[in-house]
Amino acid sequence: MDDVTSEFDLVLQAFWLTIQLAALSGVVSLVLGTVLAAMRVGPVAPFRLAATTYVNVVRNTPLLIVFVFVFVAFPNLGLLVGTPFLLKGVVAVSLYTAPFVCEAIRAGINAVPLGQAEAARAIGLTFGQTMGNVVLPQAFRAAVPPLASVLIAMTKNTSIAAVFGLMEATARMRYFTNNSADDTVIFLVFALGYIIIVETLSAGAWGLERRWRVAR
Amino acid sequence: MARPGRMWIVSGAMTTHRTTDDLVVLDHVDKWFGQLHVLKDVDLRIRRGEVVVVIGPSGSGKSTLCRAINRLEPIDKGTITLDGKPLPEEGKELAALRAEVGMVFQSFNLFAHKTILENVTLGPIKVRGHKKDAAEKRARELLDRVGVGHQAEKYPAQLSGGQQQRVAIARALAMEPKVMLFDEPTSALDPEMISEVLEVMVDLAKQGMTMVVVTHEMGFARTAGDRVVFMADGAIVEEATPEQFFTNPQSDRAKDFLGKILKH
Repeated sequence: MDDVTSEFDLVLQAFWLTIQLAALSGVVSLVLGTVLAAMRVGPVAPFRLAATTYVNVVRNTPLLIVFVFVFVAFPNLGLLVGTPFLLKGVVAVSLYTAPFVCEAIRAGINAVPLGQAEAARAIGLTFGQTMGNVVLPQAFRAAVPPLASVLIAMTKNTSIAAVFGLMEATARMRYFTNNSADDTVIFLVFALGYIIIVETLSAGAWGLERRWRVAR
Repeated sequence: MARPGRMWIVSGAMTTHRTTDDLVVLDHVDKWFGQLHVLKDVDLRIRRGEVVVVIGPSGSGKSTLCRAINRLEPIDKGTITLDGKPLPEEGKELAALRAEVGMVFQSFNLFAHKTILENVTLGPIKVRGHKKDAAEKRARELLDRVGVGHQAEKYPAQLSGGQQQRVAIARALAMEPKVMLFDEPTSALDPEMISEVLEVMVDLAKQGMTMVVVTHEMGFARTAGDRVVFMADGAIVEEATPEQFFTNPQSDRAKDFLGKILKH
């Protein structure tokens, strides 16, 4: 019998893959997005141009096309050949999410009063030290709510990987619906799984917001 | 508008150019904000240990002048040298130079996410490479000196404006600067908090710190200033000792300005 209750371990395995995909992509896109944001507000014009171009191009490209690039076009160009599917998925989701992270953090940077950076420069901190010690820590605080939205969207976006041979939650759901007539229960089980992951993220973001509000 | 002639009332050091005693030298400095000519051919020499008070109507360029000295505002023409060295372009060298110039802002600009103690130790640890223990010991001494030692563990938002500004002074002093710039340090403060900040500044002046103070506090100019620089429309109109400036201003612009502020 192929149903969600008797083969619940398959459901858990699928969500475990979704969580891995989301967690790894989350870390990579946060790092990449922060670097892009620093480049966009930095004093080096070529960096600014490069980061702005990347954000505009990738943000305006549908995720499915980014996946096609990473899974089909890249190997044709000799890139990512033989890379495990999980990592390819992480690359695709991260490349796509980083511009959104960049813009959320840039909004946070803009929310930090200019005087903070001026005071940091006035005591002799370099641009990097000013960003790392003064601007970004405060920008992250201001960027938590939009970043949470970006990461939630990203978690749900990992479902596109289902089309590219990764047996994550959405692919597994399709497997069950192909083999069973009880679609409603299957949909509910998988929707609930996504909701649990996303709610964990929201709770984390809310906790960070509360902690940093007290600290100020 | 015709530019009034510069009044060279103070003799002595002011007439001897290129002395080694000059710590900050502005030479034919011009700056534009777009079409607006905000600094017009500004020459200014600040001697070691001198307290120069810059006054003038709003929009006269006095804040811009102050901010140009540590290149928070880049200038378009002329040169600025600090202790004989011209200000470098943006980069590591400029950062090193800024460490030598303390700056106190109108809006305090304490790092909002750091405690008072961390505000004061950040520069010494990151820029000077001091050990955390040593930096904290020194920071506590400075905080005691400006009278906020007991607030060291709090965050800036938990302090009054006067306390925050005194912390900002301690933060600048922690870098052991050669010169301190004050950009309207009391303009954002409630009246009863102005004196506690001015007292700290007067103490600093007495100890021989070289200071450039942009302010509307004429009392401070009289008690602590060695020289008053009066600016109007981006140019230095008059320079004199505080006594001479307040009792016997030479330019019409200064007479007009003093007439307006001293009337009430």
